[in-house]
Amino acid sequence: MSVVFAPFLYVLRLVVQTVFLAVGQIWANKTRAMLTSLGIIIGVGAVIAVIAGLGGLKKFVLDEVDAAVGARKMWVWGEVPDSKRAVMNDSDVRVGLYEANLLLENAPSIESLTPMAHSSWPIAYGEETVLGASIWGIWPAWNDVEDRTVVYGRPLSRIDSDEKRLVCMINEQAIEELNLDLDPTGDYLLVNGRRCLVVGVVETKDGGGIFGGGQPRTEVWIPFETHKNMNPYTGTWFQMQLVEPTSDRPMDAVAADAKAEVNIILRTHRNLGPEDEDTFEMEVVQSVIGFFNQMAFVLTAVGGVIAAISLLVGGIGIMNIMLVSVSERTREIGLRKAVGARPPIVLTQFLIEAVVLCLVGGAIGLLIGQGAATLLRFVPGMSIESVSVPRWAVFMSVGVSALVGVVSGMFPAIKAARLNPIDALRHE
Amino acid sequence: MSKQAGDPDVIIDIRALHKVYKVGEERVHALRGIDLTIRRNEFVAIMGASGSGKSTLMNILGALDKPTKGMYRLRGRDTHKMGMSQLARVRNEDIGFIFQSFELLPRATSLKNVMLPMLYSSKHIFSARKRAKNALRRVGLGDRMTHRPNQLSGGQRQRVAVARALVNDPAILLADEPTGNLDTKTTQEIIALFRELHEAGQTIVVVTHEEDVAGHADRIVRLRDGEVMSDHTTREDPIHRVWIEQSREGHGAKAGAPGAPESAPSVGVMPTQDSPTASVRAARPKSTQARSAT
Repeated sequence: MSVVFAPFLYVLRLVVQTVFLAVGQIWANKTRAMLTSLGIIIGVGAVIAVIAGLGGLKKFVLDEVDAAVGARKMWVWGEVPDSKRAVMNDSDVRVGLYEANLLLENAPSIESLTPMAHSSWPIAYGEETVLGASIWGIWPAWNDVEDRTVVYGRPLSRIDSDEKRLVCMINEQAIEELNLDLDPTGDYLLVNGRRCLVVGVVETKDGGGIFGGGQPRTEVWIPFETHKNMNPYTGTWFQMQLVEPTSDRPMDAVAADAKAEVNIILRTHRNLGPEDEDTFEMEVVQSVIGFFNQMAFVLTAVGGVIAAISLLVGGIGIMNIMLVSVSERTREIGLRKAVGARPPIVLTQFLIEAVVLCLVGGAIGLLIGQGAATLLRFVPGMSIESVSVPRWAVFMSVGVSALVGVVSGMFPAIKAARLNPIDALRHE
Repeated sequence: MSKQAGDPDVIIDIRALHKVYKVGEERVHALRGIDLTIRRNEFVAIMGASGSGKSTLMNILGALDKPTKGMYRLRGRDTHKMGMSQLARVRNEDIGFIFQSFELLPRATSLKNVMLPMLYSSKHIFSARKRAKNALRRVGLGDRMTHRPNQLSGGQRQRVAVARALVNDPAILLADEPTGNLDTKTTQEIIALFRELHEAGQTIVVVTHEEDVAGHADRIVRLRDGEVMSDHTTREDPIHRVWIEQSREGHGAKAGAPGAPESAPSVGVMPTQDSPTASVRAARPKSTQARSAT
C-alpha cells in the first residue's frame, strides 16, 4: 500500500515544501517581492480594470438602450440614393402600406411592424391648447412594437385603421396639459381643427438618460390611415420589433437576418436591378450595440497592450530578482545538491518560486483591478450597478501570471540547476 | 581488484584516481594516481598540507565531483561512470557529508534541516519526521529540535549537521574539516561524537590538518602533491608518533597542540597507547596497512 503511494507522495511533498519555501522566501523579502512584481500587478490590474469596467459599462449601455428604444428595434425608411438626386424625390421612394404588408408576411425575422408618420399640430380641449404636439400615425401593432400598454380605455384597432376613423390615444402628459378628466375616454379633442375621439390612454414615457429624451411631451396617436388622410405628404417609415434571440441565434444574427430579408423583399418589390442602389435605408438597434462593442474592443486592446508591456517589463523584473535569488542562495543550492537534490528538482524549485511570485503579483493585480472597476460605480451620472470580474478573466490573469513566471524563471532556474555543487558551496 | 569488488566489506575502492583542473590556461594536476580502500567500520583520517589534494579527494569520495581518470567504486558501484542525477542519488542515499562551515539552512529549524536529505528521496516518505527526531536524539539534540541555527552554539550546529548526514543511514560518513570552525572544547565534543558513532558501527572518513583530531581515527592516510604519501594505523603512523612525543614533552609548555590555547585538553583526551580504547583498537585486525603508499 505505502509502496504504491510513495513515489506520488514524494513528488507531492516536494511540491508542497517548495511552495512553502517560495512563500517563505517572498515573505522574508516582502518589499523586494512587492517591487519586483509591480509589473505583473499593474499588467493584471490594468486588464482586469478594463474588462470589469467595460463589462459594467456594456450592461449599463444595453440597459439604457433597452429602456429607451428596446434592443430588438429596427427602422426602415425610403431614401433617395445620392446618385439619383436629380431624377427622384422623397415621395418616389416613400415606404408604403403595401410594402408594410409584404414585409410582415415574408420576413420571418420580423415579429411585428407598424408604419409610422409624424406631424406637429396644435391640439385643444375646451380652453386649453397645446401648440406643436406630436401627432403620430400608427397601426395597432404599435403597442407591441413599442411595448406600451394602455392604462385606460382601449388601443387603436384594425377597424379604426380600415375606416380611417378620427379616434386617438393620448398619453398621461396630455391629460395634465389639456386639463382632461383622469379617465378621458369618450372626450373629443381638436387635433389640427378636427374632432377626434379619445379611446385610450398610454403611460407617459420619457426618453432614456443617454438618448437625451429629457422632458416628457404631449403625444397623440391616431390611425396611420387617418394621419395619411390629414397629411398625405408627410414622410413615413416602418418601425419593427424583431423576433426574440435564442441561444442558438443571438441578437446580432437576428438583426443581420432581418436586414437581409428586408433588403431582398424591398429590392424585389421595387424592381431594383443588380446595378441599382438601394432606394431605402434601415437601422437596427443592434448596430448601435455593435458600435459600442467595437469601441469596447478598442479599449480592451489598449488595455491589453498596456498589460502586455507591463507583463514584459514585469517578467524581466522577475527574471532579474530570480537571478539575484539564485546568486544569494548559491550556497543553499550547493547544499541541497550535496544532500541529493537532482538538477531537475533544483530547476523546479526555482521555477515554482518564480511562478508563486508572479501569482502573488497577479492576485494583487486582480484585487486592484477589481477595486478600480468598482470606483466606476461612483462616477456621477452613471448608474452602473455591478462591475464584476468575469470568471474567464480571473482564470486568464492567473494563467498569464503563471506563464510569465515560468518564462522569466526559466533562465535563472536553469542557471541554478547547472551549478556545480562544489563551486556553489565555496561561494561567498 | 576483482576479489575486492565482490567483498561486501569494502565500502570505498579507489584505483589510479587522477583529477586535473583547468584554472584559466593552466592545468592543475590535483590527484596523481590515488589508490585507496576503505572497509566497513573503519575510521580514517585523511591528512595533508593545503594543496596536497585532500579536498579534491574528499569531493570525489563524496560524489560531488567526478575523477578525470581512474576508478571509484562505492559499495561495489562504479560511481566514476555515473551521470549527475545518479551521483545525486548516491549522495542522498550512500553518503553523509559534514562540512567545515556546517551549511545549515538559516531559516529552518534543526528538525527541518535534518529532514532535508529525505526531501529528495522517496525512501522514508512515511517515517521522515521520526527518523529526523531519532537522528537528533542520537547526536544529543533531542531538546533542540525546534531551534534555528542562530539559536544554537557552533558545536550544536555541527551536531545538527551530523544528524543530517546520518539521517539516511549512509554507508559512509565524510567530514571535511568538521572541527575547523570550532573551539577546542567543542572540537573534543564532536570528535567524541564521531567515536561514539564509530563504536556503533559507522564508517567514517575525516579530512583534517589537526593531529589531535586525526589521533582519534584508526588509520591515517597522508597525501602529498596528489599522491598517497603514507597509509598507516594511527598507532604506527610515524609522524603521529613523533607528534605525540612532542606533545608529551611539551606538557605544561604550549608547544604541543597547535591551535589549542592550552596544551592540556589535547593531551587529556589523547588516546595514548595505554588507554583502554586504544588497546581495543590496537587488538582489532587491520587490513589497511596493506594499502600503504607506493
